[in-house]
Amino acid sequence: MFRLEKRPTPSKFWLYATPPVAVILTMIAGGILFAAMGKNPFEVIRTIFWDPVFGEFAFYLRGQLLVKAGPLILIAIGLALGFRAGIWNIGAEGQYIMGAIFGAAVGLAVFPTENRLIFPVMVIAGAFGGWLWAMIPAILKTRFNTNEILVSLMLVYVAETILAKASTGFLKNPEGMGFPGSRNFSSYPAAQNGFIYEPLGLHWGGVAALVTGVLAYILLTRHQAGFQIKLAGQAPRAARFHGVSPARLVVLCMGISGALAGLAGLFEVTGPAGQISIDFNTGYGFTAIIVAFLGRLNPLGIVLAGFLMALTYVGGEMASTNLGLPDAAIQVFQGMLLFFLLAVDVLTNYRFRLPFSVGAK
Amino acid sequence: MKRRNLLASAAMGLMLASGAFAQGMDKVKACFVYVGPIGDGGWTFQHHDGAMQVQAAYGDKVEIQYQENVPEGADAERVLTQMALGGCNIIFTTSFGYMDPTNAVAAKFPDVKFEHATGFKRDHANVSTYNARFYEGRAVQGHIAGKMTKSNKIGYIASFPIPEVIMGINSYYLHAKKANPAVELSVVWAFTWFDPAKEADAAKALIDQGVDVIAAHTDSTAPLAEAAKTEGVIGFGQASDMAEYKDGPRVSSIIDNWGPYYVKRVGALLDGTYEQIDAWEGIAGGEVLIGEITDKVPADVKAEAEALRDAIAAGTYHPFTGPINKQDGSAWLAEGATAPDGDLLGMNFFVEGIVGDIPQ
Repeated sequence: MFRLEKRPTPSKFWLYATPPVAVILTMIAGGILFAAMGKNPFEVIRTIFWDPVFGEFAFYLRGQLLVKAGPLILIAIGLALGFRAGIWNIGAEGQYIMGAIFGAAVGLAVFPTENRLIFPVMVIAGAFGGWLWAMIPAILKTRFNTNEILVSLMLVYVAETILAKASTGFLKNPEGMGFPGSRNFSSYPAAQNGFIYEPLGLHWGGVAALVTGVLAYILLTRHQAGFQIKLAGQAPRAARFHGVSPARLVVLCMGISGALAGLAGLFEVTGPAGQISIDFNTGYGFTAIIVAFLGRLNPLGIVLAGFLMALTYVGGEMASTNLGLPDAAIQVFQGMLLFFLLAVDVLTNYRFRLPFSVGAK
Repeated sequence: MKRRNLLASAAMGLMLASGAFAQGMDKVKACFVYVGPIGDGGWTFQHHDGAMQVQAAYGDKVEIQYQENVPEGADAERVLTQMALGGCNIIFTTSFGYMDPTNAVAAKFPDVKFEHATGFKRDHANVSTYNARFYEGRAVQGHIAGKMTKSNKIGYIASFPIPEVIMGINSYYLHAKKANPAVELSVVWAFTWFDPAKEADAAKALIDQGVDVIAAHTDSTAPLAEAAKTEGVIGFGQASDMAEYKDGPRVSSIIDNWGPYYVKRVGALLDGTYEQIDAWEGIAGGEVLIGEITDKVPADVKAEAEALRDAIAAGTYHPFTGPINKQDGSAWLAEGATAPDGDLLGMNFFVEGIVGDIPQ
């Protein structure tokens, strides 16, 4: 059988080839799955990957891609900075919720005042809410050396409870006839995150995602802090000799990722979602972890990965509705993407060797 | 504004292409949005069953499309828009949380009919709402629960603190109390419609408190599966008959029978008699069915429960008949008065005797 041999240096080729190869393998395996279910695999794959961008209703769905990709990109970039430094913030979902609650609370507190400053202040409050929520695991880690994976993950459930409290209690719409959920921001122009350019689905969250992508790229390639992040991840000891304070790095990375997740939550609650409701969060914070890795923890890669992920969602829905595929099949398809990504990723650091080729050297 | 026009004109184009004007239609594309998977064995399963009844009733004059597991929020709006663009003539949105998305999309597609289950917003002429009087079924369940409990502790797995759920809890409690004055009710809030793990946890928590009769307002069979693990604990099928637990803990059930309503509405669209409505049928209209009461229930209790069901169906008995006080002791219904529908639809209080608060 094959033998895995560690490469002396990670393969540059496989580093970049992994995502496309994983996508192609997913298409093949997914196609086999769809065929086994009695569907035309080519039609399904076309519906998922082609129709949302070039199909009959692309004029609407293209915009939806950015709506869906925006929060994923924004959160994933923040996470990637931490992941690069070996700091594992798994609780972006909670920071996303808290950002939405903080930002929405500011806007609802001054309802129905109309002022140009309201939305910018809400944006700051949203980022602050996410930052604050991320500071809890960050400070517990630096002070008491707790595990940030566990603490940040557990805080997601705390945030969900606060979200339920907010929508049934302190942020409940006073005119909602007792039903849970806040006022809808779509009827409050000063606090609304409307579309800037509808056909592309561009709202302030999309702008923030794309700008953050560029800024994060510059940070990692040109800035001292970016160098420290990469160094801490690759060689922690060397980083310490280089004067990098691990505690400061934890606070910095958790803070950035928390603030970005909070921003994503704020833009979502004031835009596409429209209101704080009990099940406002739909898992962007967790899906963003996949997006971060799919994008190779590289900000520009993450932008592409975010769109790819959005495509599988939007196209997956199309396939499900129009071709009668069960939703579970689409979820399996999305799962395959991550599976093949991780599987092919092995080739970045290892190579296959056939046993006899060792002697034939 | 721009998209509004764009979508409206696209919808108009589709309407023209299919030749669908106010008169009747030759063929209807009926689409369904589900909050869970059709295999949940409960809420969504029953809606899908209703959709299949439409197919059976009209054959190739109707085309059914559906989408499972649609989150209640921004994603719902996209799914609805896709369906409307894709040529659906009537779209049934089958969960409370689709209320705002349904009305938002309905504004952009004035020629597509939207039917929202369990909501109250009809902002546009093309939005109808429909619901079933599940509290009538809860009265029957409550009676059985009160008679069957040995520990005098009965439980309720509640989903969200909305009037729909609260009126079910109140009806269940009132009739359990009437059957057995010593009964105590524990309510667990799951904050989900469909999450088998959470639902099972809730059932387990209730059983640990000594509860031996469990009712649920969530969508899966998990509470019954959990109840089956402890000897002497019984429960009810919720939304669907859940007949596979008949040999186990299930002693009866509330069955949501959406088929007749769906058949009627799609039929109205086909023959051109469709109008905006706010439908709220119960046992009498056949939307709420009481599933078979098993032999675990003594014959006299079974007879009483069936008599209660028949009285509700005949209109001689209303499950909320005074005197009834609110939890804080203030009067709600005077002696002999029955609850107006408006009170029920906005219900945000427990009746007297229930311990615990509605999450606020």
